[in-house]
Amino acid sequence: MIHLEKRPQPSQVWTVITPVLAVILTMIVGGMMFAALGKPPLEAIRTIFWDPLFHPQFAGYSRPQLLVKAGPLILIAIGLSVGFRAGIWNIGAEGQYIMGAICGAGASLALYPSDSILLFPMMVIAGALGGWAWSMIPAILKTKFGTNEILVSLMLVYVAESILASVSSGLLRNPDGMGFPGSRNFQQWDAAANKELIANTGMHWGVVFALIAVIAAYVLFARHIRGFQIRLSGEAPRAARFAGVNPNRIVIFCLGTAGALAGLAGLFEVTGPAGQISIDFNSGYGFTAIIVAFLGRLHPVGILLAGLLMALTYIGGELAQLMLGVPGASIQLFQGMLLFFLLATDVFTNYRIRFGQGAA
Amino acid sequence: MKRRTLLASAAALSLAAGSAFAQDKVKAGFIYVGPVGDGGWTYEHDQGRKAVEAELGDAVETVYQESVPEGADAERAITQMALSGADIIFTTSFGYMDPTMNVAAKFPDVKFEHATGFKRADNVSVYSARFYEGRAIQGHIAGKMTKTNKVGYIASFPIPEVIRGINSAYLHAKKVNPDVEFSIVWAYTWFDPAKEADAARALIDNGADVILQHTDSTAPQAAAQEAGNVITFGQASDMAEFGPVPRVSSIIDNWAPYYIDRVKAVMDGTWESTDTWDGISTGMVGIGEISSAVPADVKAEALALKDAIAAGEYHPFTGPINKQDGTPWLAEGETASDGDLLGMNFYIEGLTGDVPN
Repeated sequence: MIHLEKRPQPSQVWTVITPVLAVILTMIVGGMMFAALGKPPLEAIRTIFWDPLFHPQFAGYSRPQLLVKAGPLILIAIGLSVGFRAGIWNIGAEGQYIMGAICGAGASLALYPSDSILLFPMMVIAGALGGWAWSMIPAILKTKFGTNEILVSLMLVYVAESILASVSSGLLRNPDGMGFPGSRNFQQWDAAANKELIANTGMHWGVVFALIAVIAAYVLFARHIRGFQIRLSGEAPRAARFAGVNPNRIVIFCLGTAGALAGLAGLFEVTGPAGQISIDFNSGYGFTAIIVAFLGRLHPVGILLAGLLMALTYIGGELAQLMLGVPGASIQLFQGMLLFFLLATDVFTNYRIRFGQGAA
Repeated sequence: MKRRTLLASAAALSLAAGSAFAQDKVKAGFIYVGPVGDGGWTYEHDQGRKAVEAELGDAVETVYQESVPEGADAERAITQMALSGADIIFTTSFGYMDPTMNVAAKFPDVKFEHATGFKRADNVSVYSARFYEGRAIQGHIAGKMTKTNKVGYIASFPIPEVIRGINSAYLHAKKVNPDVEFSIVWAYTWFDPAKEADAARALIDNGADVILQHTDSTAPQAAAQEAGNVITFGQASDMAEFGPVPRVSSIIDNWAPYYIDRVKAVMDGTWESTDTWDGISTGMVGIGEISSAVPADVKAEALALKDAIAAGEYHPFTGPINKQDGTPWLAEGETASDGDLLGMNFYIEGLTGDVPN
């Protein structure tokens, strides 16, 4: 007989091992899947994990792209992790990301064709405020009426998507676009563009903000009383109350932080890599960031690494499609496996396996 | 910084060009917005790719990437394809327009072909099909066959191509059935079987007995089959597996001849930037077999309409036509200019509702 026994304390060792183990298991089972599809498994795994970094022909382009892809994921995931640590489940980062992009882009388009150097900072602030305001809806509903933030924040994603569809074919539509939906292209408007800061590094303002967010979150949790209060609220809500932590303030702070960071990510994406507000410029970053947050164990440094790993599977997956002709869906399956194995191996953090006759 | 970017891309370019010369085969790349198994839009583009392989054999190598989101990811996918040594790249969705232009500027020796867009460059051609010609025939059959006088239309995005299709279908349905009404649902997706099925069911529940779709999956066909007494038309692909009812005919995109031509032109070194907009006459727009569910006289009329369009004797947008608000658009006998059609962002008189704005 094999049975699980709860550990008195979550295992420190397993907390570190599980992400690595999950990646290895994904490689093995993913390799089997590629073999079943009639593709060389080792080559497929190598194409996904190795080629984006070291392939002589592609790496020069795809290495910077890793940062481009990881930047928004990390920025959003850091914000989400703050709430998740406190047991506040903001599932609506995608909506906050969209609203940040719309507000930032809208604020600048109202001033087109301004070339003030203050334009971009103003857009950054508008983007953060847009995301923040959108996250305040579930926050205030939760603190005033006790509604469930999971449902409210998630449903607001669909509202945000509808607003996006509306503004990209109406309010923010490019007047020179022959009636096609989509805003002006920010890449062609220097004062409002989020350009590469150093050529061919992929380093743009969104990546810079992501790194700042990682450091800030690290300091928050390691050094700051607010970080302690957040952890306490998540791990022992009653104790937190007795310690004088105001749960409503924690809700407002956590959702607000997540919303502002997601809004920033949206603004940097729309003015940089995506280029324009269009009906589907949001590539699901807000949802993928949830995976990144958990893959990174809600720890700032873990999230940094997890964001880069996730970006690697995206870019490597695209290369595998191109070079080996594997179907697109198999790449999604591959990414799904990663989360699945992470959750599966996670059991060992809190439980250990006992062989033989159990006490129960 | 601008200059440095330029230099770096020139370096990347010479690298790509070098690898292209190293191999004799011409490499043709395709970027798809949906999965190759969508049974509609992307499926037909992929059939075109396979036709290129079949026709040109060993002289050509094709690669493709499916389900590429329109946005930041598209630019990367196209760049990687160019870096991998592709000589010609077909980007097969409207949303790839700006990414295609950006990548094309970095790879002046690679040829690009963007479907359904309007921006061109020395190494960027655009191509599309006059689907509205097929819509005219659909509208005619729909107007004749509806018993409830309610036609449901599942539209994707409010872009001129889609609006043109709605107007053309409505115009020709109205011509044969003055009582016909169109209900239009905007799905804001090209491919989402669940959403498309929901839209179809909602329209059918509201009394529609004809469902037209400008989305790519077969889900509306399945929903109509389930409901019974509803007819549909295959979109982009023949969707013959749903015939003879609900699917009574279809608009088939046939990209194969165009793709073969263009890849050959790259081989011969005769490729030039062009703007192609072909319809029924060249076969780029095909009309699928009209099934036995359609009465013989209606079928004969529909085929006559098709022949008239193919021969250039009849233009689906021939005046008098007013805009929705009653202002005149085309005078008696006047036909729509391509410019008007390409930028069409208004409904014609008689349609209800607004173009989402």
